[in-house]
Amino acid sequence: MSTRTTPPPAMQKTLPPGRYGFVDLLRSEWTKIRTVRSTVWTIGVTVVLGIGIGALVSALTRSHWFGMSPAQRATFDAPATSLIGILFAQFAIGILGVLVISAEYSTGTIRATFSAAPNRSRVFVAKIIVFGVLSFIVAEFTSFVAFFLGQFLLSSPATHATLSRPGAFRAVFGGGLFVCILGLIALGLGTIIRHTAGAISAFVGILLVLPIVTAALPNQLAQDIRKFMPDRIGVDVLTTKGHDFGSFSPWVGIVILAIYAVVLLAIGASMLERRDA
Amino acid sequence: MIEAQGLTKHYGDKHAVEQLSFTVRPGVVTGFLGPNGSGKSTTMRMIMGLDAPTAGDVTVKGKHFKNLQWPLREVGALLEAKAIHPGRSARSHLSMLAQTNHLSNTRVDELLELVGLTSVANKRAGKFSLGMGQRLGIAAALLGDPEILLFDEPVNGLDPDGIRWVRNLLKGLAREGRTVFVSSHLMSEMALTADEVVIIGRGKLISQTSIEELLSQSTENFVRVRSPEAAKLKAALEGQGAVVALEDDGSLSVRGANEVAIGELAAKIAVVLHELAPQSASLEEAFMELTEDSIEYHGTTTSAGPTNATGATS
Repeated sequence: MSTRTTPPPAMQKTLPPGRYGFVDLLRSEWTKIRTVRSTVWTIGVTVVLGIGIGALVSALTRSHWFGMSPAQRATFDAPATSLIGILFAQFAIGILGVLVISAEYSTGTIRATFSAAPNRSRVFVAKIIVFGVLSFIVAEFTSFVAFFLGQFLLSSPATHATLSRPGAFRAVFGGGLFVCILGLIALGLGTIIRHTAGAISAFVGILLVLPIVTAALPNQLAQDIRKFMPDRIGVDVLTTKGHDFGSFSPWVGIVILAIYAVVLLAIGASMLERRDA
Repeated sequence: MIEAQGLTKHYGDKHAVEQLSFTVRPGVVTGFLGPNGSGKSTTMRMIMGLDAPTAGDVTVKGKHFKNLQWPLREVGALLEAKAIHPGRSARSHLSMLAQTNHLSNTRVDELLELVGLTSVANKRAGKFSLGMGQRLGIAAALLGDPEILLFDEPVNGLDPDGIRWVRNLLKGLAREGRTVFVSSHLMSEMALTADEVVIIGRGKLISQTSIEELLSQSTENFVRVRSPEAAKLKAALEGQGAVVALEDDGSLSVRGANEVAIGELAAKIAVVLHELAPQSASLEEAFMELTEDSIEYHGTTTSAGPTNATGATS
């Protein structure tokens, strides 16, 4: 080889025992999620719209109570009215779910992440847990506050509900769960699609466009397909007074939704492992 | 130690890296040279386990990157400048990386200090200049105090002070017995930093050699001659079989005859010499010569064609 002087001896570094652990990955993912503004914004919108819209609709219902027909009053669903903001919150959480992974791709952070922790599936599971727990807490907080505030605003002359009313607790707790699972579905879509705009479009499309498309199908077929769709499952969960369209019972709906999330996350994980970062 | 064996990466029809084998050893700075688009970054991503090779294999410390126990403490890499979330601060970026390998925030602060970013540590990285982004990337690479370091074009975007700082940093890291692998498309930069070079073109290995050897192998060695009777001397030299080019400044570039032969010939035909200077090719020229046929993206200049054997200027 060359004629130059012998290089210094190779560095011998003593490493700590074991290997990088899962708890370390959880801490890292928590640092990531709390140190960007998009998290603050999307969570802020989730809470403000989730609570605010329900409160607004509740207050308006009360002030227009005497203008409602007896039939309308009889079928009035107090819990569902206070939780109407959930339908806005779901989009904000969905955007956060997408961004948690797509922003890593768009900024190149993903390569820094995998250079520090190359076990991609473990990183992904840590990400799912951190985002899942955060979105669960935010969604449940939003749902419960929206319920109590809404019921407070629906006081006499309007009828209001308590948590002990049949279906009320399910609607409130299930509403939070619904939003949290939608967030995980968004995370799965973001992992598969990798582009922020594309993944958000897919998420919104599933919730808003798919129902319109199915509406064009023959009635019976449409009903059979509709009940599998996330937006219908959401309505089933939030409603405490029976409705007339065919659907699953609320908890079955939640389980179906959870299966969607698991399938999308599993596909995402396997693509994460196989694709070049 | 980094070892590549028959490393190959195809993207569809494009052969980004083809049958690349090389070894990067500890204690020296190894330059990774090649024109733009020659596969340097792809190779580095394969070393880091980010891209999967189509064929062949590459290991660090004898292992695949993904099997390292403490990746960040064993291998550090600067792969691209500004691969940072623009909304995240420099400190948070380093923190989240440090945490994956159980490194403390004290270590993060040390690195911010080392690269000179302490005063902007809490600012959003989106506001950073390219040079500050490079410094942050270097901090991330050094975070785990690793034995093996990879830097992809580390001086891009740095000012002269920053460039000198990186140069000294790389040499210092090698002196400590670390394996230092630095890519660049600038031979002149590597000449000042690297001890050894791995040169590639169009994804294929052209040469792995030391800087000295690279210079001595070059055919771009010639003698510069100045004379008031240049035309007469030129004719005489050509009569002896030398290749002589008349340069714009009136000097002659002579190939195929050394300074001794030229001096003796001049004395014999009684031509006065004002200058007789053997020239060795610069590393830049040696590099150009090696990679000439493998440039992916040719630019054209108005003055010269791509391969002009006798028209080289000094």
